[in-house]
Amino acid sequence: MDKRVSMVAEIAALCGGHAEIRLMEVCGTHTVALFRTGVKGLLPENLKLLSGPGCPVCVTSQGFIDAAIDAARLPEVTICTYGDMVRVPGRSGSLAEHRAEGARIVVVYSARDALKFALEHPQTQVIFLAVGFETTTPGTALVVREAAARKVENFTVLASHKLVIPALEALLGDPESALHGFLCPGHVSVIIGAGAYVPIARDHGRPCVIAGFEPEQLLGGALHLVRQVTRGEARVENVYGVVVKEEGNPVARGFVDEVFEPADAVWRAMGTIPGSGLRLRDAYRNFDASARFGIVEGEDYDPPGCRCGDVIQGKLQPPSCALFGKGCTPAQPVGPCMVSSEGTCAAWYKYGRQRTGEAV
Amino acid sequence: MSKRILLAHGGGGELTRKLIDEHILARLGNEFLNPLTDSAVLPVEAGRICLTTDSFVVTPLEFPGGDIGRLAVCGTINDLCVMGAEPLALTLGLIIEEGLPLEVLDRVLDSVALAAEEAGVRIVTGDTKVIERRQGDGLFINTAGVGVLRHAGIGAERIVAGDRVIVTGGIAEHGLAVMSAREGLAFETELKSDAAPLNGLVKAMLESGADIKFMRDPTRGGVAGVLADLSETTGLSIEITEAAVPMTQVVWHTAELLGLDPLTVANEGKVVVVVSSETVAQVLRVCRAHPYGRDAAEVGGFTGATPALVELISRAGGRRILQRPYGEELPRIC
Amino acid sequence: MMCLATPGRLISRRPADDVGAGPTGIVDFHGSRVEVSLACTPEAEVGDWVLVHSGFAISRLDEADARETWELLRHDERLAEAVPEEFRDGGMDG
Repeated sequence: MDKRVSMVAEIAALCGGHAEIRLMEVCGTHTVALFRTGVKGLLPENLKLLSGPGCPVCVTSQGFIDAAIDAARLPEVTICTYGDMVRVPGRSGSLAEHRAEGARIVVVYSARDALKFALEHPQTQVIFLAVGFETTTPGTALVVREAAARKVENFTVLASHKLVIPALEALLGDPESALHGFLCPGHVSVIIGAGAYVPIARDHGRPCVIAGFEPEQLLGGALHLVRQVTRGEARVENVYGVVVKEEGNPVARGFVDEVFEPADAVWRAMGTIPGSGLRLRDAYRNFDASARFGIVEGEDYDPPGCRCGDVIQGKLQPPSCALFGKGCTPAQPVGPCMVSSEGTCAAWYKYGRQRTGEAV
Repeated sequence: MSKRILLAHGGGGELTRKLIDEHILARLGNEFLNPLTDSAVLPVEAGRICLTTDSFVVTPLEFPGGDIGRLAVCGTINDLCVMGAEPLALTLGLIIEEGLPLEVLDRVLDSVALAAEEAGVRIVTGDTKVIERRQGDGLFINTAGVGVLRHAGIGAERIVAGDRVIVTGGIAEHGLAVMSAREGLAFETELKSDAAPLNGLVKAMLESGADIKFMRDPTRGGVAGVLADLSETTGLSIEITEAAVPMTQVVWHTAELLGLDPLTVANEGKVVVVVSSETVAQVLRVCRAHPYGRDAAEVGGFTGATPALVELISRAGGRRILQRPYGEELPRIC
Repeated sequence: MMCLATPGRLISRRPADDVGAGPTGIVDFHGSRVEVSLACTPEAEVGDWVLVHSGFAISRLDEADARETWELLRHDERLAEAVPEEFRDGGMDG
């Protein structure tokens, strides 16, 4: 506890008398962890932590959601999906609402569970909604490889994996962006390595600090960022060295490279970011649900009044959205940021209220 | 081929009678149930009766530490005793799916018998229906319980700022044990459901003379749900210290693994108790002397701070609001 | 949760089979045991600690480092210790 106290004190001392310091917490899990541990409340007023596009469900375009729902309505299909996707509203309702109408939708914790379901239920065509950043991508790649080796005929993936570095570069390309530094996602970094952030620091002059999710990790990440910002430095630092190496996990990346190739991807409200997504290689086309079922991802759009697009770019904090807590709540969400367990709005709604009655 | 429930078992004829005699009465029979009258006739005494009902749709039917039968008895017993009532009798309504293996039904009924015996309460009437096969593993149970109010003066209206909150033992065990048994999780655990009849523990607390202001069993929604309700009902704030909440290592670790907050996970063998601050030590002593209260702990208390919110002091020393969970995380947990 | 990963100890291991499944193992999380894929950490041996995300081990880690980094690994096994000394006899302030 002493270590935490001294870190909090040093952060306060460094921020004191400074103008506003704006840091982006890239990863939704960081947003939640900062709230859940109470660390957010220990940081000074002028240290602004803005949420970024780090919630995979939140950055998925509405077009993908609608495509998944169309797939769910095919009578021969069972959708296997991570839980967070199930309540995101599409044009004709959410997957959960379609499940209530009879669509077969199974929540899984792991890509392996989706393949296992397909093996155990040969009479249905399983489509796995493959969403997530680099932490999750090796898992999808491995099950596709296994499905190929086993010649499984009733398993495909509808892929919407996203890559973090291209997204950060796109954010920095926005002249409105006034970010001083990035708190980098601990577990994505296990896969991509600390070295992956060097272009951000070097070419864009922003410090990048990789941190885990424990209170000391969060404080360490904030402290190292504040130190660099106040000294005018822009380096990559890693306080999560226990699991994040400079080179990341090349074995995991190897599996991803074998199965997927980089592709342009549509991000909610940010449009198409080149090379920011993954598509199955031709050798694995047989496991591509969009090829097998002719699924076409429609256009992205904002549900009426929804400002998730601004939230994921760090342009808007949830309490400033007109719908926050009024037309849009976790029980009745308008957009994915309120649905997902890592969604910024859900985190603010669940944890962000403070004694003053205002949000943190 | 194993013996299974058939639609005819619910038809009201020969097979129904056989099912009742050979499976239900054989395990649960008593002077009230055996005559199989349309209603059980119970003696009443002066005073007020408490009446409660609960339906149980947990899946899977059997999980570490218990099954739907144990749950059905304990849940209803506990709803009665936390009101200050002495449970007297239970009903047992079974809706069985065609195809359910008879040996599963027998195991569940054995659990019902065991739990009822432990609680010292009898099943006095019941009902059996059979519905068409869907997945062949379905059993739903409804129990109603009647009791006599022995201790009046238990109610949220008695709570004032300064009162303290006690939890009678380690949280989140039931919900996580059920999750661990649910198909598709590829998961084994030492976790066991804590489902238990708490009328003995509650009686000990009430008869110790301690001034118990309020009790509730934190089932769906967990401890967080109860606290959210209390804050809303009383208009008072509650402050809880995360590190003081009793929780085993395996619960903590399993909840982390599943991305769940243990404070929102169901318990079936715990009570949230509100007492005045002078009474805390006495109530803790009484609880800890009882097998179901060994790990009782004071976790926080009520304050007059406005607006009325439930606040958690985290392990890291920060604060956050503890919100009412919105219930989507764990379906069919009880 | 997308970035959620938890450390645990590998207690058994099965090599890759020839139908395309990589090596797998059972990881113990203080009494909860989960089958995970070891394909991304092929060097992990029984007794090693691994970081697990969604059914896949993504990194090996040193046990001492793990205990130092994750608070939930530092508390004593027994329930009574989960209730700190100063709270155990109803001795909370305020």
